[in-house]
Amino acid sequence: MTSPVTAAPEGTDPGAAVTRRAEARRVTPRSGAGKRRQRLEIAIFVAPALALMAVFVVYPVYSAARMSLYRWKGFGPLVDFVGLRNYVRVLTDDVFTDAVVHNFIIVFASILVQLPLGLALALLLNRRIRGRGLLRTIIFVPYVLAEVIAGVVWFQMLQPRTGLLETILGSVGIPVPEQGFLGTPDLALATVFVVLTWKYLGLAVLLFLAGLQGVPDELHEAAQLDGASWWQVQRRIAIPLIAPTIRTWCFLSMIGSLQLFDMVWILTGGGPANATTTMATYLISQGTQGGNFGIAGAASVVLFLIGFVMAVAYQFLVLRRDTKEDA
Amino acid sequence: MRRSGRAALSVLCSSAVLLTASACGSGGDSSASGGDENTITWWHNSNNEPGKGYYEQVAKDFESDNPGVNVEVVAMAHEDMVDKLAAAFQSGDVPDVYMERGGGELADHVEAGLVRDLSEDAAEEIEKIGGSVAGWQVDDKTYALPFSVGVVGFWYNTELFEQAGITAPPTTMEELASTVETLKGAGITPASVGAGDKWPAAHYWYYTALRSCSEDVLTDAVTSLDFSDPCFVEAGEELETFIGTEPFNPGFLTTPAQEGATSASGLLATGQVAMELAGHWEPGVMQGLTEDGQGLGANTGWFPFPAVEGGDGDPEAALGGGDAWAVAQEAPDKAVDLVKYLLSDEVQQGFAENDMGLPTNPAAGDSVSDPALAQLLEVRNAAPFVQLYFDTAFGTSVGNAMNDAVALLFAGQATPQDIVDETQEAADQEK
Repeated sequence: MTSPVTAAPEGTDPGAAVTRRAEARRVTPRSGAGKRRQRLEIAIFVAPALALMAVFVVYPVYSAARMSLYRWKGFGPLVDFVGLRNYVRVLTDDVFTDAVVHNFIIVFASILVQLPLGLALALLLNRRIRGRGLLRTIIFVPYVLAEVIAGVVWFQMLQPRTGLLETILGSVGIPVPEQGFLGTPDLALATVFVVLTWKYLGLAVLLFLAGLQGVPDELHEAAQLDGASWWQVQRRIAIPLIAPTIRTWCFLSMIGSLQLFDMVWILTGGGPANATTTMATYLISQGTQGGNFGIAGAASVVLFLIGFVMAVAYQFLVLRRDTKEDA
Repeated sequence: MRRSGRAALSVLCSSAVLLTASACGSGGDSSASGGDENTITWWHNSNNEPGKGYYEQVAKDFESDNPGVNVEVVAMAHEDMVDKLAAAFQSGDVPDVYMERGGGELADHVEAGLVRDLSEDAAEEIEKIGGSVAGWQVDDKTYALPFSVGVVGFWYNTELFEQAGITAPPTTMEELASTVETLKGAGITPASVGAGDKWPAAHYWYYTALRSCSEDVLTDAVTSLDFSDPCFVEAGEELETFIGTEPFNPGFLTTPAQEGATSASGLLATGQVAMELAGHWEPGVMQGLTEDGQGLGANTGWFPFPAVEGGDGDPEAALGGGDAWAVAQEAPDKAVDLVKYLLSDEVQQGFAENDMGLPTNPAAGDSVSDPALAQLLEVRNAAPFVQLYFDTAFGTSVGNAMNDAVALLFAGQATPQDIVDETQEAADQEK
């Protein structure tokens, strides 16, 4: 395997310049043998990552795309070519379009709810208050907890009648829905979202806190000398300075919400009455459960495209600012 | 990379089967699992005692009767086995002896050339098993030998029924509705259903359809995939009326079937509800969900699904299904001998003595020791016919669409007509 960097003619390719610069940093820039050795090194270091990427990313994407053009039950050769019919079925299926809507509700709700909440908590925890370490840990623990375990615990707590939550709410006189929070179609998605917020808020707080620690103390001091209040300092200095972190978090949150699967699968399985289906639960129920691998393939390509377009658009419109600043 | 290479090979093999209608690998090709002619791989799902140990012994006995043959037994949890089998079918590297649930699923495997025709090699056993084999036949050829066939019915808590003053289990849908009322009046939740998993809810519809439709209509539907007979809509209406009596545990729309104490089985096992519609596996599942390992113990009762008044279906007919041993197309001949041995009087008697299921070999009928299973065996043998679970019979694709629609009916978001329409739409894709 040869690296594309070294294949380019000398001097014309910026890649070659990088190679040369890297070489210059070495103790003895030798010709011939040294260069070959370096190519080999690059190849050796890059190959495992490329191989993993090929096997676990490129090949599955390719095979899903191929599968989506056939009617295939999960075994035997791909022979029943149906063109784009699977896509038509997916896009006209109410369950799938509802799933897309659910995904986007989660995407926007996450940003609208978790961003202010996470930011507020991070600002609070960035102050010198008693028990700060403990509070930080408490907020971060849900994120470290395995998703399945957290899901099962919440599932049990949310059980109607016997669940912990109902007992607590009942004892303070708050009425609980007859079928439980997860069993009522109108409440299920909101309930799932609350659990997701509990689970992922820790990550937002952690990232924002890390960003806030990067804000130089001098700026705080200078602002204070100028008579700025705590709130003004946060609003005019701290938050603008951690904007790149916030933008990155939004990106991660968006991608995570689009791919949402495990928590929904454990809490509701997409039910009740398809009230909480996501694109990922749709493709599992069509694929491995329904044996419609072609339809699942088409759904996964649609999911991939939505994710890809949103990621590129976000990169182009929002994150580019950050990379520009760096350059 | 090795895997995809193998997959490519199997794709080649399968296309070769289609083109030449001859078994791939007949020339000593070693792509079949196990490799040589004397090693048989056998996957089963009895991964708990006594079943696990019993099957190990069976494999040893078979080895000593057939010198030189080596049986590799792989015991897996049921869900694991289902997943691994799905992967095995994709790669074409199917274990020599494995479990088939019959119906449309088996028909798909047969069509893909993955399963061996046992009609002639095991003619004797097939005759002995009798009518139960029907679910594993495709175009009059038998592709797997059922070793356990059970029926679905209501399991109930006799103590709670007594407490509510119910002396006899209901025999008609109307009586079932009044049973529900009586139980509610006594402050008892009448029934649990794992509608979160969909199929437990769908079993209700299968049964009302079985009671509303004649055997001919149902048999015809399996092959023609035509659901236009009005009895299918009537079945949904009957079920809608029953759901209207609000018999189910709170939160039933997301209740799982069998996992944990808050599942449908768990609620019955712990005395939270009075009854549940479930198959022959229920006592075993309930035992696993109670601390003392007894399930409902002596309070376990069973009654068949009530009759639908004015329905064309036979009230004695039962909904059921089971497991059968199948042999992979490319497996060595000895694998067929193993399957025949598994259906022998001797092995089936041991199977029954260990309460591992409801044996299909009549010689083993008397060996079932569990009273609940023994009762089911009588019901099954007395039934004029046992209808295979619809989702299995119609194949996963149609079955899944049907189950989804029934689950929506339970949620009050689909009509009886919707179930038929959704099912028909999925079925039309199959044609």
